Amino acid sequence: MTFDYAPAPESTAVVDIAPSYGLFIGGDFVESLDGSVFDTVNPATEEVLSKVTQAGTADVDRAVRAARAAYEGVWSHLPGRERGKYLFRIARILQERAREFAVLESIDNGKPIKESRDVDIPLAAAHFFYHAGWADKLSYAGHGPAPKPLGVVGQVIPWNFPLLMLAWKIAPALACGNTVVLKPAETTPLTALLFADVCRQADLPAGVVNIITGDGDTGRALVEHPGIDKVAFTGSTEVGKAIARAVAGTPKRVTLELGGKAANIVFDDAPIDQAVEGIVNGIFFNQGHVCCAGSRLLVQESVAEEVLVALRRRLLTLRVGDPLDKNTDVGAINSAAQLSRICEISDSGDAEGAVRWSPPFSQPDKGFWFPPTVFTEVAPAHRIAREEVFGPVLAVLTFRTPDEAIEKANNTPYGLSAGVWTEKGSRILWAADRLRAGVVWANTFNRFDPTSPFGGFKESGWGREGGRHGLEGYLR
Amino acid sequence: MSDPVHGSQQHQRLGVRKTYKLYVGGAFPRSESGRSYEVTTPDGHFLANAGLASRKDARDAVTAAHAALPKWSAATAYNRGQVLYRVAEVLEGRRGQFVHTVSASEGIPLDRAESVVDAAIDRWVWYAGWTDKLAQVLGTVNPVAGPYFDFSLPQPSGVVAVVAPQESSLLGLVSVIAPVLVGGGTVVALASERRPLPAVDLAEVLATSDVPGGVVNLLTGRTSEVAPWLASHMDVAGIDLTGAAPGAVADLERAAADNLKRVRRPDPAEDLAAEPGLGRMSAWLETKTVWHPVGT
Repeated sequence: MTFDYAPAPESTAVVDIAPSYGLFIGGDFVESLDGSVFDTVNPATEEVLSKVTQAGTADVDRAVRAARAAYEGVWSHLPGRERGKYLFRIARILQERAREFAVLESIDNGKPIKESRDVDIPLAAAHFFYHAGWADKLSYAGHGPAPKPLGVVGQVIPWNFPLLMLAWKIAPALACGNTVVLKPAETTPLTALLFADVCRQADLPAGVVNIITGDGDTGRALVEHPGIDKVAFTGSTEVGKAIARAVAGTPKRVTLELGGKAANIVFDDAPIDQAVEGIVNGIFFNQGHVCCAGSRLLVQESVAEEVLVALRRRLLTLRVGDPLDKNTDVGAINSAAQLSRICEISDSGDAEGAVRWSPPFSQPDKGFWFPPTVFTEVAPAHRIAREEVFGPVLAVLTFRTPDEAIEKANNTPYGLSAGVWTEKGSRILWAADRLRAGVVWANTFNRFDPTSPFGGFKESGWGREGGRHGLEGYLR
Repeated sequence: MSDPVHGSQQHQRLGVRKTYKLYVGGAFPRSESGRSYEVTTPDGHFLANAGLASRKDARDAVTAAHAALPKWSAATAYNRGQVLYRVAEVLEGRRGQFVHTVSASEGIPLDRAESVVDAAIDRWVWYAGWTDKLAQVLGTVNPVAGPYFDFSLPQPSGVVAVVAPQESSLLGLVSVIAPVLVGGGTVVALASERRPLPAVDLAEVLATSDVPGGVVNLLTGRTSEVAPWLASHMDVAGIDLTGAAPGAVADLERAAADNLKRVRRPDPAEDLAAEPGLGRMSAWLETKTVWHPVGT
């Protein structure tokens, strides 16, 4: 006998989406000078949510000028103590309006309400709270006795954690005394646009935060605008390289948070049930739309079968479906384009000889969906073992010795994150020392905190975000 | 040094001139291209023929630096400090030689060359003392909101290519290679193009100190010819463009983007005589953050 879950939908009454949005420049929503409009849709229903502006080059220019005027006119003269108080206000407003933001995030992004409610929004508020306290303490941060802001920062963020990435970018920039022009991802602009209202409620001086919407062309115009002093980007390694080329020979500073292909290493003495939870959290959290996702499971040969049996059993209980249902574990794929990318690379796994498995899954009529998927019999040369899928697709490889595990884990141009599962403390420290990754989770995975530096080795990017280290990218 | 400096006083004896070669993998090969170029004093007197490194030499140097990386980066901070201090000791023992080479290369009087050499030796000592302090100064324990032990440590990013300063042939060179070594990186350095001789002399010091072969590799030759190969090499993790020609920086940065090398741009305002600060060390370090649950 089985008991089905009753639907437990979160109410959307708290959210009010405007039929169309302009651009948030100089403290006001303004009409575009040379842009057009595009739809943002709910990826779980394909319902059009709103019309959003595709900012053109004249719009980008106007936003950069507004940020410069605010920098020179107000923000750079403000004592750190006062800047900090604005950030504290923003943190509190985000906490007060947490439910509104969480529901809107799930509607626009497709992520489960459980995650937007318990992870994205609380962490976004925490980032403002943490950085607020730095604003008047920067000389203690170890980046010189009298660090100065850079000026105007152009920031481009991805669609996987829309408000959280906004917080990661805006909070340290403002704490350090910079002003910003931020471009959210084209498929998930709504919480960034709602953030404009938080700026209003906080009485943030006009132009300190400017939000312009659009696609990659808008992002490129922002990155290449001569009026910005620093570029902060989170997204694909491919675009990161294009940005590095675009700023070559200019004085612009750059930080980049790029792709990953994290190895989650399970040694034979690992607590299997905890490891399986970590594997699930590592790759199926946020539909696998996570740059640091544990997309390669490296499991020691002697326990591989046991781990896989437990993993498949666990995946049978994972609930895929309506993002607004409070019992949903895996929501909708963010866009049709991303779904087709996931399908294409998964098909390459079949073609190259890996074995695909998914739990039974009934696809809703509308929306973009992909079930949690595990590939076994994967060889290190397979595309699913090398390329970032950015979806709920796990590639399983095995190893025999600890040295082999490290070698396979490091055999990638990426170096963002890694996981280690073992009961042996000395082995954890040994493995953590050898893994070429910016974040190593031992007996846990996908943990984030504003006090904890995050960022990659090798082609996973430049610089760190969060913690004392993250301030460096916004100071001179 | 060459005849005009020493030999002229010794009428009966012809000086023995030195053959200047490259320094790659702990050995002193001639350029595989068989080429050399004439090095003169700033006012045009012949000093020596130096090796003219080729693309192949640059690749060999990267291979050597890459091979030396695992052991050097895994050495204890105490051990690295000992090795770097040993360089200062051996350099001090050859102080006179360097004073003459620097004086001839840079066209400065001996007393000024003395202060330059002293500063270069003192810089090795300064950096030697940093190896076992960097993790304490740059590392953190992060008070995350949950039951986790979470700490961040500096880690070397890998092989670093260095385009050494063009004017300061010894102090400049030491100022750009020592900071890479402190954190566990290995180096391929392209010496000052017109003033390469102190670099080759420094290679002799490194070879007779305890620096393992391949940890530092020194190339002499045309900066504009060799730097692009280093900037585009996929096994190079970072590139220091301090000595690159202003007109070449943008192209080198673009080439470096192919594998997202860490890039240090030239800073015309940098005063090599001043205490360097952390910037040249931290430029070649990554921050690794490790999380572990806390519980019973």
